[in-house]
Amino acid sequence: MPVRLYLNNVGKSFTMHLQGGMVIPVVSNVEFSVASGECVVLGGPSGAGKSSILKMIYGNYRCDEGQILVTAGDEIINVATAEPRQMLSLRDRTIGYVSQFLRTIPRVSAEDVVAEPLIAQGTSETEGLETARSLLARLNVPERLWKLPPATFSGGEQQRVNIARGFIAHYPVLLLDEPTASLDAANRAVVIRLVEEKKAQGVAMVGILHDQDVRDEIANRIIDVTSFAADAAA
Amino acid sequence: MTVMDQALETGTHDGAYNFAYLDEQTKRMIRRAILKGIAIPGYQVPFASREMPMPYGWGTGGVQVTASILGQDDCLKMIDQGSDDTTNAVSLRGFFEKTAGVKTTTETGEATIIQTRHRIPEQDLREDQILVFQVPIPEPLRFLEPRETETRKMHALEDYGLMHVKLYEDIAKNGHIATTYAYPVKVNGRYVMDPSPTPKFDNPKIDQMAALQLYGAGREKRIYAIPPYTEVKSLDFEDYPFEVQTFDKPCGLCGAENVYLDEVILDDKGGRMFVCSDSDYCEDRRAKGHVGPMAADPAASQIGGSPKGAGE
Amino acid sequence: MSVYQSEDPLLQVHNVTRYYGDRIGCSDVSFDLWPGEVLAIVGESGSGKTTLLNCLSTRLAPTAGAIEYRMRDGAMRNLYQLSEAERRLLMRTDWGFVHQNAADGLRMNVSAGANVGERLMAVGDRHYGKIREKADDWLGRVEIASDRIDDDPRSFSGGMRQRLQIARNLVTHPRLVFMDEPTGGLDVSVQARLLDLLRRLVADLGLSVIIVTHDLAVARLLSHRIMVMRHGNVIEAGLTDQVLDDPREPYTQLLVSSILQV
Repeated sequence: MPVRLYLNNVGKSFTMHLQGGMVIPVVSNVEFSVASGECVVLGGPSGAGKSSILKMIYGNYRCDEGQILVTAGDEIINVATAEPRQMLSLRDRTIGYVSQFLRTIPRVSAEDVVAEPLIAQGTSETEGLETARSLLARLNVPERLWKLPPATFSGGEQQRVNIARGFIAHYPVLLLDEPTASLDAANRAVVIRLVEEKKAQGVAMVGILHDQDVRDEIANRIIDVTSFAADAAA
Repeated sequence: MTVMDQALETGTHDGAYNFAYLDEQTKRMIRRAILKGIAIPGYQVPFASREMPMPYGWGTGGVQVTASILGQDDCLKMIDQGSDDTTNAVSLRGFFEKTAGVKTTTETGEATIIQTRHRIPEQDLREDQILVFQVPIPEPLRFLEPRETETRKMHALEDYGLMHVKLYEDIAKNGHIATTYAYPVKVNGRYVMDPSPTPKFDNPKIDQMAALQLYGAGREKRIYAIPPYTEVKSLDFEDYPFEVQTFDKPCGLCGAENVYLDEVILDDKGGRMFVCSDSDYCEDRRAKGHVGPMAADPAASQIGGSPKGAGE
Repeated sequence: MSVYQSEDPLLQVHNVTRYYGDRIGCSDVSFDLWPGEVLAIVGESGSGKTTLLNCLSTRLAPTAGAIEYRMRDGAMRNLYQLSEAERRLLMRTDWGFVHQNAADGLRMNVSAGANVGERLMAVGDRHYGKIREKADDWLGRVEIASDRIDDDPRSFSGGMRQRLQIARNLVTHPRLVFMDEPTGGLDVSVQARLLDLLRRLVADLGLSVIIVTHDLAVARLLSHRIMVMRHGNVIEAGLTDQVLDDPREPYTQLLVSSILQV
């Protein structure tokens, strides 16, 4: 299977200027690749840098060293050096991010929130909304909530709206940031099925999953992030 | 023979003043402004307006223009709101009789120069006549844009959207364009101009007029002009075209229709009549035997004056 | 959003510098702006962000540097080499400018309808009924009730005035809109509504926006890209979420850490 994502010698540290310029190393020499149809899970204790790696791939954190290469159509783009507009393009077309926290936008209904990424990729509004509703139904979000803005939903409902939003569009690379945390068993099972469907479509996924059952179900490989621990002396 | 020579030689006027009050250098300066104004129809030419022996608001701009173009052989008519015998007209006529000693008249056809405040005579003017307007505020954009720097730029760039904003407001608030006087016009397809506080009834007369029109604003120090036979279009909307006022009755004294009428209160019991604003026109018609529906009313003899030729 | 789809930038800013006597307003600022892109300029008062905005929008001539804009015919033109007439036409058709204080951007003594219709009349619309229809449509889009069309903005609340100002700017379908603290001075709930409205209009119309704000939450919600200014210089620039979540410069870290958490 072709490689969709390749991290080559990636390193990251934070310089805390407000704390006297203290440098906090996060990871270094991160190297792995993810192929089409594969789900790679990052393992290791919290603070090991799993989340930072995911955020670097999405361009949310800067990548200080190395390359993060993503296949986008016929091109290979290095996220570490991409221009902002290239990055925005990647986020619209190539890399999706499913997190557990929904950044709510006032006055936009749940189904519109979910449909937006799909419509942004060129799907018609009608079809986008239909797909959004079917996903919300699969994730057991009560139908009476679909037309309401999610700001007032419970934490679990907001999380499921966000998962639907993350899974709806066709991204060749999908990043999963603890999507199943605090979900009940039934909904965890739905997420597992969604991931399996994405795999079957050839999507390359990188995930952080603390839930042992889910991890065992969907991970093709587990990469221990502690092996990338940055040398504090460096 | 220059005007000055004429003035010195004839000496028919009060010798304490130069002919027509202004000194010759000032007249030249004003004539240059007038020529420039004629060359750029509707454009407000700044000029060094002088102190005149009358208050601002009495027509100091018009007086300076008239003084600058007046010659010994001219025959001058002064109108205020259409009338020859109101205070303003009488005073200014007296001013020129004293300082220039020229012939004056109340008859529109006889005059070579007509200085006016707020009206244009009903009788068509000729190519050998000049109509001088007294203008209080020459800038048509002033009420919408208080900055002179900005209004000048707007004229320079032909940036006149704001004029239509004013007309839009009229329609939005009144259902029709409620501006009835100082109705803005576009001159020769270029400059938007304020035709001074004449009623919009007179706007069609400005268009393609045979006589030269000169506008003088003393306090604001501006002169502008419309050469004979110039296109002057009143601003409007496609769906709210320019219209003049119409009067449902003829003049009570002379029976004239399609003229601008003034309302005259006859008593304190609600009695009133509508008569020609242009008093000379009305008198002339009555002298020719036209009789209005209220001509026989006893009140009419008090307000209408006597028809020409009737003698006193 | 179609930020990346066009290959040609809409605006190119080269080394723009503005001095006030010896004092620096803004110094050596360069960037490109693409169609559909929203750029936030953030920084404290006196950081030079408003000076820069005024230079970009031809309201203040820069001391040095050049600004090029892609006209509707596709040609790149140096803004400060345009004639005054061309610049005016640009400002009232292809551009918008939303002021912090709505009274600066509105005619307070004419009706809401005339405020929206003014640009149309300025470019030659002469049909009252059609102008009014368009004004009514735009009032609707900014959530102002039709029955307020003949009211003066003086009778409007701060939020309504700001929405009216936006409608007045957008009626000619500009491609580039400058905004100077558009939510400044508004109550928080009013701000939220305005931001949401702006966000939707910007996306629906594919507008390019340069927005000056000191409010990082506004920048995060509206912008794709952010430039942090301090002492007249751009000290950090990049993707909005990257700069806000992983700030690099000491000053940016200070700004981000100064946000009150609710």
